[in-house]
Amino acid sequence: MKLTGSEILLRCLVEEGATTVFGHPGGAILHTYDVLPEHPIRHILCRHEQAAAHAAEGYYKASGKVGTVMVTSGPGACNTITGLTDALMDSMAIVVFSGQVPTAVMGCDAFQEADVVGTTRACTKHNYVVMKTEDIPRIVKEAYYISRSGRPGPVLVDLPKDILMGKAEFKGYPQEVNIRGYKPTLNGHIGQIRKAADLIAQAKRPIIYGGGGIIHSDAHQELQELVEITKTPITLTLMGLGAFPTDHPLWLGMLGMHGTYTANMGMIHCDVMIAVGSRFDDRVTGKLSEFGKQCKIIHIDIDPTSIRKNVKVDVPIVGDVKHVLAQLNQELRKVERDWAKEFEEWHAEIEEWKRRHPLRYDQKDGAIKPQYAIETIIRATEDKDPIISTGVGQHQMWAAQYYRSRRPRRWLTSGGLGTMGYGFPAAMGAQAAFPKDLVLCIDGDGSFQMTMQELAACVQYNLPVKVFIINNRYLGMVRQWQELFYGKNYSEVDLAVHPDFVKLAEAYGATGFRVERPEEMKAVVEKVVSTPGPVVVDVVVDREENCFPMIPAGAAIRDIIDVGDPIPEKLFQGIR
Amino acid sequence: MRDKDGKRRHIIGMLVENKTGVLARIAGLIASKGYNIESLSVGETLDPTVSRMTLVVRGDDWVIEQAVKQLNRLIDVIKVSDLTDEDLVERELILIRVNAEPTFRAEVLRIADIFRAKVVDVTPMTYTLELTGDEDKLDAFVELLKPYGIQEVVRTGKVVMVRGSKAVTKRYQEKLKQAAGKEMIVVAQQEEGNGQDLLR
Repeated sequence: MKLTGSEILLRCLVEEGATTVFGHPGGAILHTYDVLPEHPIRHILCRHEQAAAHAAEGYYKASGKVGTVMVTSGPGACNTITGLTDALMDSMAIVVFSGQVPTAVMGCDAFQEADVVGTTRACTKHNYVVMKTEDIPRIVKEAYYISRSGRPGPVLVDLPKDILMGKAEFKGYPQEVNIRGYKPTLNGHIGQIRKAADLIAQAKRPIIYGGGGIIHSDAHQELQELVEITKTPITLTLMGLGAFPTDHPLWLGMLGMHGTYTANMGMIHCDVMIAVGSRFDDRVTGKLSEFGKQCKIIHIDIDPTSIRKNVKVDVPIVGDVKHVLAQLNQELRKVERDWAKEFEEWHAEIEEWKRRHPLRYDQKDGAIKPQYAIETIIRATEDKDPIISTGVGQHQMWAAQYYRSRRPRRWLTSGGLGTMGYGFPAAMGAQAAFPKDLVLCIDGDGSFQMTMQELAACVQYNLPVKVFIINNRYLGMVRQWQELFYGKNYSEVDLAVHPDFVKLAEAYGATGFRVERPEEMKAVVEKVVSTPGPVVVDVVVDREENCFPMIPAGAAIRDIIDVGDPIPEKLFQGIR
Repeated sequence: MRDKDGKRRHIIGMLVENKTGVLARIAGLIASKGYNIESLSVGETLDPTVSRMTLVVRGDDWVIEQAVKQLNRLIDVIKVSDLTDEDLVERELILIRVNAEPTFRAEVLRIADIFRAKVVDVTPMTYTLELTGDEDKLDAFVELLKPYGIQEVVRTGKVVMVRGSKAVTKRYQEKLKQAAGKEMIVVAQQEEGNGQDLLR
């Protein structure tokens, strides 16, 4: 049976299970949109292609299923670049299908033409331009396989108009993939795993430093087993949050630039560091020349290029975290050791840090402290097991600090790229994956305004995302850096003019609330949760609250500034 | 040989998919490290769907190690090895158009003879010479001809083959057969050249 390229593409998507598509039509992809309604695919018309890409990321992170985006050529495809780069940095599996001008005029500066494959080469895991209609099934199959397997990442498929309109015999969606240049390693090398087990068995002060890889490979149970067997304290990166229950006694909190004092102290006082699915980002390591000098490092990661990229490690293990941890746990169960007793001193030291340096803030009468607002949102909704997304900035770090969760894939945030505007569309994508779940977006006033046009899509498709704008009328994190490192020169951070967010929500057909007093906070959160449809809450907070603890950029972890610590003038001059 | 800053010349051998855009991916990756490709040669292998690429880049060992791993990560790259420390046969081809005026015409020819270069084009005032050899030989040849006035030089870039009895493609095919159906197990750090032996 001969079908057009568009029909073949959509049939392949249905076969792949990609039945939710975030997209925006346009000239070059119109032929596909023409037959889209005939297929069992739910299309969500995003108002901007960047948001479509972030929505696909949110969909993937929450559900574990590859997110799908469909856009037109030129501007449509170019608008996805922020989303593609974000997905590449945070290992999010999304596939973007972009229309392209007909092959006959490619390279001739045709209307809405851009060299999309050339432009996205550096921000995708892999990309394709389809030059024959009959290649579509194979390329779609490969695109999804590459996107989700190994270290997940974004894949772009560029589809020239004549290829979509041309006809070819459709012989069905391929069952198998064989790409000779791409064979991800799953199992760890057993010799290396034994070395790691030996190292852990002799440790006196070990720590686990886990990252997003645990979530991508669904290895949270294996991780918990590792903690239970060895009684090793654990910290997670921003991307790893959710991989370990936050109410566990061995939980240290998030680490890194705005991580807890305890987690960061753990990193510089340990003798064995077990890095699991994490990549030694500069926000975690601080000054590299002082990082990890006192300890042996075991590094488990599926991506060989992550290993030895920033930090020299003693025992590298390439493999899927889930497989490797299962193998490692098996080795560690054979070790005869009273772990709890051996680590008594280490645990006591950690308890002392926790006791003396907890996260804290001072909520007096008057203005709402942003930390109080965020902690209230998280605690008041905890029993509903919400999916929480964030924008980027101070509110993101506070949300991460006060985050409470017992299971993975409920936390969506932009880590590597730090993309303002990520939170709201990502929440929309997660809500599309789980229509009945409570999805919250804790956003900043700056971040929200970068993608707030998606309120229209949320209302149109009844995606009842609840947005809390932590509104300090500043680009808060930038202002904090200016206060600390640039002599309080608040250059271009004052968001002096805001829309009335309550009226804005109402203008879109959503519900709006405003809260200005701390004593109202809890009641408003409860009201929001019980309000059907999308809701925007304008949480007016203290303007100049700073986010601590903080390890200044470029400083060593030991230079951490805890809540209430004096700001060391000298240190900052050096950094500036 | 290392520079003052610890950089040295690396020879990277690759088997890649023979299709459009592959060279752009590889060049883009090297460029993102801020390194310049000193020479590059590409040609089809016995299997017409696979190309062999030989790349010469100057850089420090650690960055090159990263680059090799990242090249390996490219979907269109089938195999990469840093061949710098291998026992290699290396060859390059050079074409030189050199002044050959009557007063020293014979001399130029004598130098060409010593190097076993071929004269491939003759005019009353010039010779075009062809020579194959390793880099040192070619450099010496160019030096010796400089006094006569070189008009133009074209070099192909290096091609290399690891010494020994077994062919690359054969070993590669055997390895593929072994790998089919089961996951390949590789240690990351390739301490003793583990995983790098495919190109030998």
